[in-house]
Amino acid sequence: MPTKLAITGAAAVAHAMRQINPDVVAAYPITPQTPIVEYFAQFVADGAVDTVMVPVESEHSAMSAVVGSAAAGARTMTATAANGLALMFEIVYIAASMRLPIVMPIVNRALSGPINIHGDHSDAYAVRDAGWIQLFAENSQEAYDMTIIATKLAEREEVLTPAMINLDGFITSHGVEGVEILDDEAVKNFVGLWEPKYPLLDIDNPITHGPLDLFDYYFEHHRQQQEGLKNAYKALPEVFAEYEKISGRKYDFLDLYRMDDAEYVMVVLNSAASTAKYVVDELREKGIKAGLVKPWVFTPFPKKEILSALDGRKAVVVLDRAMSFGKEAPLYSLIKSALYEAKEKPMIGSYVYGLGGRDVTPSMLHIPFEEAIKGELDPNDERYLGLKE
Amino acid sequence: MPKYDSWKEMPIAGVIDKPATAREYNTGTWRIMRPIVNKDACINCMQCWLYCPDMAIEGKVKEDGKTEMIGFDYNYCKGCGTCAKVCPVNAIEMKPETEFLK
Repeated sequence: MPTKLAITGAAAVAHAMRQINPDVVAAYPITPQTPIVEYFAQFVADGAVDTVMVPVESEHSAMSAVVGSAAAGARTMTATAANGLALMFEIVYIAASMRLPIVMPIVNRALSGPINIHGDHSDAYAVRDAGWIQLFAENSQEAYDMTIIATKLAEREEVLTPAMINLDGFITSHGVEGVEILDDEAVKNFVGLWEPKYPLLDIDNPITHGPLDLFDYYFEHHRQQQEGLKNAYKALPEVFAEYEKISGRKYDFLDLYRMDDAEYVMVVLNSAASTAKYVVDELREKGIKAGLVKPWVFTPFPKKEILSALDGRKAVVVLDRAMSFGKEAPLYSLIKSALYEAKEKPMIGSYVYGLGGRDVTPSMLHIPFEEAIKGELDPNDERYLGLKE
Repeated sequence: MPKYDSWKEMPIAGVIDKPATAREYNTGTWRIMRPIVNKDACINCMQCWLYCPDMAIEGKVKEDGKTEMIGFDYNYCKGCGTCAKVCPVNAIEMKPETEFLK
């Protein structure tokens, strides 16, 4: 029987990690990820898992250690946030190009400076081209579910690509919510055993990992990575369907909220989607056909699904919790690009909100809808919610 | 790494799945200047063989005990020009690779 616990998002992720029981976890604590590895270290100390826990001296070492461990053939995980991810950056790319199915929850927060430790998506966007699968979780339940789903997806032979699970710093990681924890056995059976294709520890078949790869084959290996992500896109519906069988919770590329007949659509990632759903409900009560699209999957970017969800709507407003300095906001530019192929292009608008943990209120999220309804959107005008003008 | 013609057939991630494949790896593709030996001028002193920083000079010891310079292994020659520089009779000429482009 699944158990319902009142726990933080960090604890929920740690429980998922406990049930997955990875062979190795190497981690360095960084706010607001710290409680994930603290809870997990407790599970290791209590003997609740067989994991070898490697405390390292920095995130650069944490990612290096998990690369070595995964290349050796061990199921390996770590977790990080913001500046920790930035310090890992170099090895983040290497993990992906070495095709090691490492699973890493990212507790999203601002990449300073000026110094800030709060919720923001600049860390997730900064690694969007590193070659990792990127899933986004609105709340603790989704963060728990996505950690389990990511493990299954990343390890598929045709995928073999590392995966990040993004949850909002403090809002999700430290907020207490009711989370349904599956039976240990159900999770164990779902993720199964990882049988690595090229384990370094297979001494009967000596192999080399991470050799020099210059202009002769580097291009081809990157083409293979692209294929891995294309295969992840194909495999996701199947993995989601399998997870639904054990959990009853249905996931997809996009969380479509009141979208059947929606004319005015908001697109937003992670926890702000909860507030947006509340705002959509308020607008619906007034007879306005509002709807919400929340991508659960960011990489591989579900362009086709976005297009079919947004084609023919009256207006689409895209919210980004980070800027792309000198360019259009990251999610907005991807949505705009997807809409190039729309038969009936909606009006579109870009809104940046909640930087560095700034509160996101319902009245704030009414503004993009109001401007959309009045026909005041300008696709080339980046607007700011809650900015001291 | 062994030679592959398509990204579809090579092991992922640059993994080298059998040992001792380094000898199949040609490093001569870096070359922009190609040494050409004039065999009529060459005195087979093997100074080029002695100074070559790789293993790109091909030579042999004949039955009479004398050495003979045969030519170059272009799979490994990086075109550094050391051989041409040390040749006491200027028998080696460095020519741009563009002259040999298909």
